[in-house]
Amino acid sequence: MKEFAHFRHIAKAVASYAAMLLIAGFLMAPFVWMVLVALHPPKSPIPAIDELWPVKPDFGNFGRVLTNPHLPVARFFLNSVVVAGAVVVGQLAVSACAAYAFARLRFAGRGILFAAFLGSMMIGGAATQIPVYLMLRSFGWLDTYAALIVPGLSSAFSVFLLRQAFSTVPAELGEAARLDGAGEMRILAGIFVPLSRAAVATCATFTFIGVWTDFFGPLIYTNSISMRTVEVGLSIYKNAYGGTNWPLQMSAAVIVMAPLLLVFLIGQRYFVRGITLGSIK
Amino acid sequence: MTRLQRRESLLGWAFVGPATAHLALFALFPIAYAAYVSTFKWNIANGHHAFVGGGNYAFSLREQAFWNALWNSFRYTAVGVPLGMALALAVALLVNQRLRGVTIFRTLYYIPAISSGVATAMLWIYVFLPTNGLVNVVLLWLHVNDKTHTTDFINNASTAMWVLVVMSVFTGLGPRMVLYLAGLVGIPGSLYEAASLDGASGWSSFKRITLPMLLPTSLFVLVTSTISAMQLFTPVYMITKGGPDMTTDVVGYHIYTEAWVDFNVGLASAKSFILLVAIAGISIVQFRLVRANLADYSA
Repeated sequence: MKEFAHFRHIAKAVASYAAMLLIAGFLMAPFVWMVLVALHPPKSPIPAIDELWPVKPDFGNFGRVLTNPHLPVARFFLNSVVVAGAVVVGQLAVSACAAYAFARLRFAGRGILFAAFLGSMMIGGAATQIPVYLMLRSFGWLDTYAALIVPGLSSAFSVFLLRQAFSTVPAELGEAARLDGAGEMRILAGIFVPLSRAAVATCATFTFIGVWTDFFGPLIYTNSISMRTVEVGLSIYKNAYGGTNWPLQMSAAVIVMAPLLLVFLIGQRYFVRGITLGSIK
Repeated sequence: MTRLQRRESLLGWAFVGPATAHLALFALFPIAYAAYVSTFKWNIANGHHAFVGGGNYAFSLREQAFWNALWNSFRYTAVGVPLGMALALAVALLVNQRLRGVTIFRTLYYIPAISSGVATAMLWIYVFLPTNGLVNVVLLWLHVNDKTHTTDFINNASTAMWVLVVMSVFTGLGPRMVLYLAGLVGIPGSLYEAASLDGASGWSSFKRITLPMLLPTSLFVLVTSTISAMQLFTPVYMITKGGPDMTTDVVGYHIYTEAWVDFNVGLASAKSFILLVAIAGISIVQFRLVRANLADYSA
């Protein structure tokens, strides 16, 4: 009887691993294909499955994409780095201040204001794209970094997530520092932010990924080729090379994906905690 | 109010000030501005605009193409969201077991969700390509198709929507799985112990404990997934362009075309508002339905 239970336990584990591997295979197959095709010689046709493994891997495609004489791919990349960096830093600073006030300071109108932040999360970008475009145009910001950065400088989601984290920091810590004469800014930066590392890291990761993969904003708010970001740049690259040059297209896709994967792998161990903070409680 | 309280109130407003100004400028004001724009026949390319009152709304509600787009979004959502949720719950149960290396799988499953939408769309074009595309290769292996008869899923009116649905199930898996994992952590283990003492099978404890205890999580996943599914844009822009025969012209893409290809921003604003109302309506129905279920279980 005991042996039977043991056998069932092992059988269940084996079946579970098989299922997990199968799902991983389904999900990862397109990405594996992307990397392998990126190593095929440029202009070669779409390989059949049995010819997928590159016999002589050609790492030169990445260089060819970055130095394309007709499309400034390196510039797209630089634009995305500048915009993502500015938005991550700016949004964390602005949102952390608001989150601290919502979590720890009593001020008139706090409840209504917080409800307004929450409510704004339910309204999608579809309803605000046109007015925001018209506003940016009247500021003279279209086709500038300002149009790509300023709309992202605060986010209700970040405010909410950081407030949840700051609420769990013991109040006595802040009060002790206040008695020692520390200002609120020092209490926030010196106590609350370090103690909420997981939430801050989650926010930073989400924000970076959100900005890097934003397609709609840069598509509409910029129009000159030198102001495009990687995501729009990739779609231009794809259209310029149609269905004809898969190895170069896939190399471009790898270049866009690499920073995302890197940031995700660094930030992912905070994810489960971070996401649940932002949703369930 | 004491001096100290007044000082704290001022401090509070100083700290929320920048975020509040941003919220007002980029979230609240645009809604009012969109309402204003929606009352004009407004061409953004040449600047012509004339007040038409509710004319854009009346026109939209009579326009067959707009109803087609709403219907396409609705069927994309009605099929893709429940399918995606069921799969995500199954996967969450799978990776919620105490098995070595299970966190590696959780991480892997999240990767499609953090990927570039454009790159992902390019990959899915390949997956459904008639020649050497992954799905056709598999169909060839299974002898469903032969080499002279492959299926062009993307350019076929009866399959194009499925391409988008399957893609959404895969890319949405990670976030939904994480939310379900968090929900599963919240279920007290004692419930399962009591059930197994009573001789309940795995299936019946899933039906009577897991599913009802996960209802709040499911509601959250359902509402947020629906809101984003109803606004689908990038995959349509990249893969189908609304075709073939407008069968994938979802409302997010339809409004984009109205505003940024045909330049009718007034009409497009009216359509965004109708979409907003439609989404709010669906969310309320979903809340009501799940609430009713919750009441059933607690009774």
